[in-house]
Amino acid sequence: MLLSIDWIFIIEKCILIAVIIGISLVVAMYETWAERKVAAIMQDRRGPNRAGVFGILQPMADGLKLFMKEEIIPNLSNRFLFVLGPGLAMLTAMMTSAVVPWSSHLDIKGRMVSLQVADINIGILYIFGVVSMGVYGIMIGGWASNNKFSLLAAVRGASQIISYELAMGLSFIALLMLTGTLSLRTIVEQQQDHLYNFIYQPLGFFIFLICAFAECNRTPFDLSEAENELNFGYHQEYSSMKLGFYLFAEYVNMFISSAVMATLFFGGYDIPFVNDISFGQQHGQNVLAILQGLSLFVKVGVFIFFFMWVRWTIPRFRYDQLMRLGWKILIPLALINMLATGFIILLRNNGWHL
Amino acid sequence: MQSLTNRSKQVERKPMTLWEKMYVPAIAKGMSITFGHMFKKKPTVNYPEKQRPFSPVFRGLHVLNRDEEGRERCTACGLCALACPAEAITMEAAERLPGEENLYREEKYAAKYEINMLRCIFCGLCEEACPKDAVYLSETFAPANYNRTTFIYRKEDLLIPDPKTQPAEYAKAKGNKL
Repeated sequence: MLLSIDWIFIIEKCILIAVIIGISLVVAMYETWAERKVAAIMQDRRGPNRAGVFGILQPMADGLKLFMKEEIIPNLSNRFLFVLGPGLAMLTAMMTSAVVPWSSHLDIKGRMVSLQVADINIGILYIFGVVSMGVYGIMIGGWASNNKFSLLAAVRGASQIISYELAMGLSFIALLMLTGTLSLRTIVEQQQDHLYNFIYQPLGFFIFLICAFAECNRTPFDLSEAENELNFGYHQEYSSMKLGFYLFAEYVNMFISSAVMATLFFGGYDIPFVNDISFGQQHGQNVLAILQGLSLFVKVGVFIFFFMWVRWTIPRFRYDQLMRLGWKILIPLALINMLATGFIILLRNNGWHL
Repeated sequence: MQSLTNRSKQVERKPMTLWEKMYVPAIAKGMSITFGHMFKKKPTVNYPEKQRPFSPVFRGLHVLNRDEEGRERCTACGLCALACPAEAITMEAAERLPGEENLYREEKYAAKYEINMLRCIFCGLCEEACPKDAVYLSETFAPANYNRTTFIYRKEDLLIPDPKTQPAEYAKAKGNKL
């Protein structure tokens, strides 16, 4: 039959999507806790420690507080857009996780269950596309609030994200020339046999990292929510869970961009210093898949810690500094990196060896 | 312009070097500083679980003392009220009746003794003025409350527990001051 549908396949993917969304939300929840904890220990404080052991229940309390708050929609705001804004921010944050390979594959009764929602051959382009949609969450929220400060913040945030996306794309092109594929799973599999990509592309990784900070609106690039300049930026008029969605979207973004960076430059789910294939033959595919997933999560955790570490160290850029860094430094650097990489690849293809 | 002192220094505004313009070394230095702070000892005291001891000269809530036999020392002479710069203390005296010798040490005692803790500045002058060592400042402080009238401490609130009938409470209220 032409239209025979593989129901097990659909169920399997639905379960995987639910699990990934659940994990992203839980990780985002505990990122808020970790953020406060990291901030505290870097400032010689203790941080949240009242709710549960080490304040482990603090995110629940925060979430409950946000749910209980009065929901205010300003009279002169555009109601539809006002509600759409946080939803869009959350949607784009979640959508990116679809193409990230979380682990190799499980082996359930002879059936290969891939731990990636969609292994599309343009995976990284999809990520760029969805991430650039994230600007709408900020822009619509800031516009619909009918507030000068929000609008200013939204305009600033939008131009920042668009500027840094360019450098991000350019820095990725160099990596693309090395790997020759856009599929994230293939990129990971290549790194399993060779060295990790950040060794071949240190400058590219550095630019990508800076741009990831800018894309996530994290300090030093949090110009769109500069508390002391614009009150609260684009989510000033938001309250209750709509505000929670914006804050949450930021943390989900952080999680996903950490996962993407780990996948692209640090071998993704590859377990470092271990030959994964022989390990899998020794201990079984399922054990291997779980350990690989854990390995990815450890890498992601390190990146998330790095995000927080930077946030509590570096002060915010001024707007002109931000634009100068983006357009006059990062884009030329990315272009030079791209040309140098292309040059070396060309030489190697013509029989030049180190 | 002539400078008033010879300590003024010209501000240096020379352009940044290439190394400084890169910012990355400076950022790395800053990051190492914040990372080092993670392993520093935290000065915070976990308050309700752990309490920092007061200094020996701490002046807290007032206590009306008793002597070893549990009799009130205060004779309502009014010297504390006179010494009080904040005028927080009021009292009314009464004469000791026959048969009350086990309650009051001298012939006169304070029938009413009130300290307004909102007026009190905890200077300790009442403690110094008292000729009978009856009033002194303990090692506790006034707890927060919703009601202003609760801050007027009456004699019952201030009196130390009887050392004969409640020795444990007496020792606790007495603290390490006397």
